[in-house]
Amino acid sequence: MAPQVILQAAVSGLLLGLIFSLISVGLALIWGVMGFINFAHADFMMLSMYLAFWLFTLYGIDPVFSLPVAAVLSFILGVLVYRLIVSRVVGASIVVQLFVTFGLMIFLRGSAQFLWSPDYRQIPETLVSGRLQIFGVYIGIPQLLAGAGALVVDAILYWFIQKTETGRALRAVAEDKLAASLMGIPSERMYALAWGIGVGGAGLAGALISTYYYIYPDVGSVFGLIALTIVAMAFGNILVTFIASIATGLVISLGGIIIGPALKYAVVFLVFLAVLLLRRTKE
Amino acid sequence: MKGKESMRVGGFTIRPQIVLLGIAFLALVIYPWVLTNPFPRHLMIMLLLYAMMGLGWNILGGFAGQISVGHGIYFGLGAYTSTMLLMKLGITPWVGMLGGVLVAELAALVVGYACFRLGGRYFSMATLVIGEIGRIVFTNFGWVGGAVGLFLPVLEESFINFQFHASKIPYYYIILAFTVLAIVTTYVITKTRLGYYFRAVRDDPDAARSLGIDITMYKLIALGISVFFTAIGGSFYAQYILFIDPISTMNFMISLTITLLVVLGGMGTLWGPIIGAFVLIPITELTRVYWGGAGRAIDLVIYGALIVLIAIYQPQGLVAMVERYRRKLRNGSTVRSN
Repeated sequence: MAPQVILQAAVSGLLLGLIFSLISVGLALIWGVMGFINFAHADFMMLSMYLAFWLFTLYGIDPVFSLPVAAVLSFILGVLVYRLIVSRVVGASIVVQLFVTFGLMIFLRGSAQFLWSPDYRQIPETLVSGRLQIFGVYIGIPQLLAGAGALVVDAILYWFIQKTETGRALRAVAEDKLAASLMGIPSERMYALAWGIGVGGAGLAGALISTYYYIYPDVGSVFGLIALTIVAMAFGNILVTFIASIATGLVISLGGIIIGPALKYAVVFLVFLAVLLLRRTKE
Repeated sequence: MKGKESMRVGGFTIRPQIVLLGIAFLALVIYPWVLTNPFPRHLMIMLLLYAMMGLGWNILGGFAGQISVGHGIYFGLGAYTSTMLLMKLGITPWVGMLGGVLVAELAALVVGYACFRLGGRYFSMATLVIGEIGRIVFTNFGWVGGAVGLFLPVLEESFINFQFHASKIPYYYIILAFTVLAIVTTYVITKTRLGYYFRAVRDDPDAARSLGIDITMYKLIALGISVFFTAIGGSFYAQYILFIDPISTMNFMISLTITLLVVLGGMGTLWGPIIGAFVLIPITELTRVYWGGAGRAIDLVIYGALIVLIAIYQPQGLVAMVERYRRKLRNGSTVRSN
């Protein structure tokens, strides 16, 4: 195989991995802080893609300018979902946790299909359309900007969680809820914040990829499951999640040209199983 | 309590539960002769199919506490094995059904042996992902029809061919018989040592291990029993619908529905899966028929909302709700009699 092709695939994989990282870091935060598996995570991303699409289609607002709107609305949505639904099942059995988000996932996809039909949509022309050629490797400008945007948001999030007082409080709740509450940290507020940030990240990712990705009700199905496998492999650790996201992007992209595009996700899932089984996860 | 509620007739003790059970069974037997339209019959066949698979899943998820959300793969393996044996070798679907069970059990042995070391949510995620791998592989596996699927050959109507065209009633009685088998299996498990072992594995694996119970073996037995009924369900479905493809047989929604009806009815109870199926399947089938047409997914909206509501408000299942109500009633009556 020509090195050019592999390089091309590696660059695409890297940019894809950056998008995964933005979705997964938020999911890892929710997983880490409250041990909650959210199967509906990428469906919030889907909502944000539709937001960008409709803002563009109805009002001619470019997706680039939809980014802050998507981030704020997604944050609010995340807090609302926590307050209205998730807070009622904190500490419930695994089955209940699984089903709440399965239900949410089906509800969101069904609603999107009901409201906007199952058609594949696309934003035809944005401010960032076009592509670059560097050393014979083509890079789409939307992909490049989405990847760069994801990286910036990842860095801000990491700084927030590691360096700020609120971030420390989040980590304290993740570490030991009881001890944190004895220190006066309201775990309820921290859970809500984790959901806000997590869904906000997914929303930003959605707005970022709406410049080049197809928009349809089930778009979250692949992203959601892959983000979950990434977070599960990283056991909710934010930094490991970032690395695992990049690795997953590369596996998908390179697996796509080596094994064939149809089976690329199966490869990711096999890697996930292998990691899980080798680490013999008890929990 | 037993003495108070029982009635002695000619030396036999008849409990009201037995009478109720007899009436319910009789109602099920005459059902297709009372409701003669195709739709109620189809509805009841699907209901019993899911009730049977739910009963099987309940043994693994409810009794042994292993939450698999990837049972669709065993359903698919059952459907594909019997269909391929019929199409390539002309083997009767009854033998194909056993072949399907065998293939699914082998797959389950590998999955179980590998994944039972994983705890809680990691086990659930692993089963889900394995189910997805199954769907992807079958979608890209041309020999078994790939994404296009397989139309089963239409054969002469007979029991040995497992095909009935003039009336769906034979399908109804076949699935009713399997459902009864699943009920009896569950009942026997609850009354024997096996059931206690399963619950010990679920409630306190460390204590069970210290008593010398081979935890992995008992999890595998529970998985084996549940996969048996799931694979049978797959073969039955293939013969009943006469068309299979990865979306209709290996879909995550199948895994989810099997699990959900048990949760709704009550995990780890004998009647939970049946009650769950009686509530859930008509709702899903009816919403799909009335509102699911033309790409409009209002049935999915309702289904999703229903799942969330069940998880929040009825996580113990309907059986627990009925039990609570009965206990309240009984306590109320004792107070009055005092």
